[in-house]
Formats: sequence, structure tokens, C-alpha cells
Amino acid sequence: MNAVQTTKPLVRARDVHKSFDQLEVLKGIDLDIMPGEVVVILGPSGSGKSTFLRCINHLEAIHKGLIEVDGEQMGYRIRNNRLEKLSANAIARQRRKIGMVFQQFNLYPHMTVLQNIIEAPVGVHGESRKEASQNAMKLLERVGLLEKANNYPRQLSGGQQQRVAIARALAIKPKLMLFDEPTSALDPELVGEVLATMRDLAKQGLTMIVVTHEISFAREAADRVVFMDDGKIVEMGRPEDVIGNPQHSRTQAFLSRFL
Amino acid sequence: MSQLYLTGASPSSGADIRDVATAHVPFRTGRLILWAVILLVVLNFAWIVANNENFGWPVVAAYLFDPTVMSGLYVSLWLTVVAMVLGTILGLVLAIARMSKDGLARSSAGLFIWFFRGTPLLVQLIFWYNLSTLFPQISIAIPFGPALASWDTNSVITPITAAIVGLALNEAAYMAEIIRGGLLSVDRGQAETAEAFGMTRGRALWRIIIPQAMRSIVPPTGNQLISMIKATSLVSVIAMADLLYSVQSIYNRTFEIIPMLLVAVIWYLFITSILNIGQSYIEAYYGRGERQNGAGAKPAAAGAAVEANH
Repeated sequence: MNAVQTTKPLVRARDVHKSFDQLEVLKGIDLDIMPGEVVVILGPSGSGKSTFLRCINHLEAIHKGLIEVDGEQMGYRIRNNRLEKLSANAIARQRRKIGMVFQQFNLYPHMTVLQNIIEAPVGVHGESRKEASQNAMKLLERVGLLEKANNYPRQLSGGQQQRVAIARALAIKPKLMLFDEPTSALDPELVGEVLATMRDLAKQGLTMIVVTHEISFAREAADRVVFMDDGKIVEMGRPEDVIGNPQHSRTQAFLSRFL
Repeated sequence: MSQLYLTGASPSSGADIRDVATAHVPFRTGRLILWAVILLVVLNFAWIVANNENFGWPVVAAYLFDPTVMSGLYVSLWLTVVAMVLGTILGLVLAIARMSKDGLARSSAGLFIWFFRGTPLLVQLIFWYNLSTLFPQISIAIPFGPALASWDTNSVITPITAAIVGLALNEAAYMAEIIRGGLLSVDRGQAETAEAFGMTRGRALWRIIIPQAMRSIVPPTGNQLISMIKATSLVSVIAMADLLYSVQSIYNRTFEIIPMLLVAVIWYLFITSILNIGQSYIEAYYGRGERQNGAGAKPAAAGAAVEANH
């Protein structure tokens, strides 16, 4: 991708540290993500990649450093020249331009597919029910599930549920989409349909950060691949470089398991 | 031997008898006899009860719709509804406080639940009724400062208010634990998703968490409601004219103790039966999307299952 150097990054992470009790899982992450960029984060289990993703929309609070999305520092603001924690409601407001897709889909089981999709647009973004439903039907068409609008999540296969979850995240018209291992809970034969939907989104210029184990997706759809290990970014660059010709021994060791 | 086995297994021979689709259930003589014996015993017992003059069935019939009994039934019903509604609302607040990150909210809710679950309801009712002996005056005041408004306790705490306050506060303690259990039963991912979509805590609770928690809240709440109807009979000790009090007032005059208690029993059973029916409808409502039990929903579920196999 031709990232225009003059535009401001959509996501800025600076020296991000995060610990769970004594265990430090992020040990200083620096990363800029440009608008329209598709970044795939690879790395072994426990490398901190999911945690980092969850720090971006402040589902997890970081302990050092800063994360900015669209020019706003997540979770904090400066007042009287001091940094203060935002209230829960203010943080909720910051999250509204970020869509997220979870490993376990997390559809609302008591709502139909359509209700799942319009819940946030109507309840959080103040769209009219009619407008939100029309948009939801368009999104369902895009992910190929128009006929499932009135089904409950339980009645869908895993792959279909994840595509609904993607439509639900798109319905808030996000500036940034976060994918937290979106295919890891799926049966192998259902992975393809979800990846195809995501490839589609990548082509349309949506800014995406994808944590995944799908090397093929990274190779085909990513503008940039970030390889993380042990809470740090080990290597990053164009997919053909990082995947095709990894420089670091740990990247090589990780990728060799997929070849 | 092998010949027999082969013919048995071959689909082309008359072996189709082994197709389970043709199976029938043999006649179970033992079970039929057991049924007959039990039915006989039950019928006999019913006949004995119906013909026992000590039960005073004509008296039961005469007083079943007596105006005093009706007004007592009415008091029991609205007291149950009011105490249950107040108890559930307060219980929800307590449950949320108990799960809050704020230490003060958590410990005060814990203290409330500890006290009101730990003392007998009868004692609580008598305390509320006799509140004036502890606090002759009830005031709204600045702490350690002057009173802004003041009332005579006896004018505020009537049998009605004592009954409502006593029952509702006690109920709240139990409902708090039931609701908390329900909220905890909802997958943590749901709250997280609501959060990620920028919902406020209140909205996430109201739209996402509580509807899912209802599935595990409703059955024990049905239990509580039925307990509550029977617990209202305790208010007869503070001179509240509920169903039990009204039949007592009649048998104190007529000495028809057993028939009058039967009147009360019949009404209590009638109400709880209706509540049971209502509960099963509510459970079906909150179970939607979970499993398709209704006949009408079956084709959709079957269709989805076929679809899911693709």
C-alpha cells in the first residue's frame, strides 16, 4: 500500500507496557497505523498480540506509554496540564468509532441476527430503527447472509455467526476494525468464508488490525505484517519480506511450523 | 450358524424386521398393575376425605366466597405484589452494588443482605410494627444537626406499612442473591462486547446482560413469589387482615377451624397454580434463541441445522 507519509496515523502506540499481576505481557510496543492500512499481527500464543489489540480500544488498561486512536488518547485526557483518567461513559464514547470482532463471535444470543446488528447503531449511535435496519440488510447481503436476518445466532453455523459479527461491527461505520483471532474458534472448513469476507473489506480500504494465525491471509491481504514475540515487536514490514524472507530467528522458527 | 448370521444381516432378505422403524413397545403388564393399584389407593383416599364429616365440606363451600375471605384474599394478593415488586427492584440495586468495584457499595449491600437474610421474617415484621417503642419520632435531619421534618412513628408505621416494609426488605435480600447469581451466569464475553461497542454500563446491563440473566433468575424468583404469598400469612400477627387472618377471624367466631383453614388452603393452592402457569410462559419467553421448544419454531430450527451442515 502506498501509505501517504503526510497523513496522520490513525493509531499511534508508544512504549506500551501491560502487566497481569507480576507477568509483563507487553514490554514496550511502538506502532503507527495509517488510515486504510491493513495490519496483520502474527506471533506465537502468549506473545501478547491479543492483549495489545484489546489495549487499542481500552478493553484492557495499559500501565505505561500511550495509545492514540484518531488523535484521541484512549482512556485519558489532559486537564490543567495533567493527565487524568476518563470516566467510564467517556471511554465508551471513545470506543464508538472502533469496531471489534471476537474469537468467540459473542453475538447476543437473545436477539435475532438483525437485532444484533442494529443494537449499537440504534442504541448507541442514535440512528433511527428504519435507517439502521436498511443498512443492516445491506451489510447482511454483503456477508451473504440476507436470508438469516430473523434467525437467532444459535441457529447459525460458526462461520455464519462470525460473518454476522463482522456485519455487526461494520454497522457502526467504524474508522478502525479490530479482529481478535476471528477464525480460531471455527471448524477448518468454515474458515474460508470468514477470511473471504475479511479480504473483501481489506480491498475496500477499511483500516484493519487483525490478530490471526492465518499466514495465507496475512500474505494476501495485509499491507504490513507485524511479528510479535514475548511482548515485543520482533519484526515488521511488507508480507513478502516478513513472511517470505524473515530476518529474525524467532520469526523463522514460528513460520517454519506453517510450511 | 454363519448362514443364519448372514441372512440376518443381509438387507435384501426378510431381515428388514431388524429395522428399528418397525419396532413396537411390548405390553408392560407390571406397570399397568402398578398404575391400577396406585389409582385405587388415591381414589379411595379421596373418597374417605370427601365423606369425612370432620372436614366440614359444606362449611368450606359456604365460606369459600365469603366477603371476609374475599377481602382477605385481596389483601394477601396486593401485599404479595407490592412487596415482591419493591423487593425485586431493591434486590436488583443490591445485586449491582454487590458486584460493583466500589468498596463502599459492595460492603453496604453485603451488610444489608447479611442482616435481612440472617434474622427471621416474623421477628423483622414484629420489629417494624413496634418501631415506635425504639424510635417514637421519625425525622429527616442533617446528621448530628437539626431536624428538617419530623413525624410521629405511630402515624407512619401502620400495620400496612410495617407489613410492606418488612416483607419487601426481607425479599430484597433474597432477590439480590438470586439476581447476582443470574448476572454472574452470563458469559463474560457479552459484557465485554457491549463495552467494545461503546455501550454505557447501564445500557449494557439493561439490553444485553439482564435479558440473558433472566433465564436463571426466573425459576428461583417463581419460588420466591410462592414463598412470598405464604409469607404474607405471617402479617396476621401484626393485625393485618390477610387471607389467613380473615379465616381466623371467622373460625374464632364459629369454631369451624378445620373447614376455614381448608378455605385458605384452597385459595393458596389456586393462586400458586396460576403463578406456576405464568412462570412457565415467562421462562419460555426468556429461553427464546436458546433452544427451540415450541412446535411453531421447530421448522426454523431444523432448517438451520441442515444449513449449518453445509
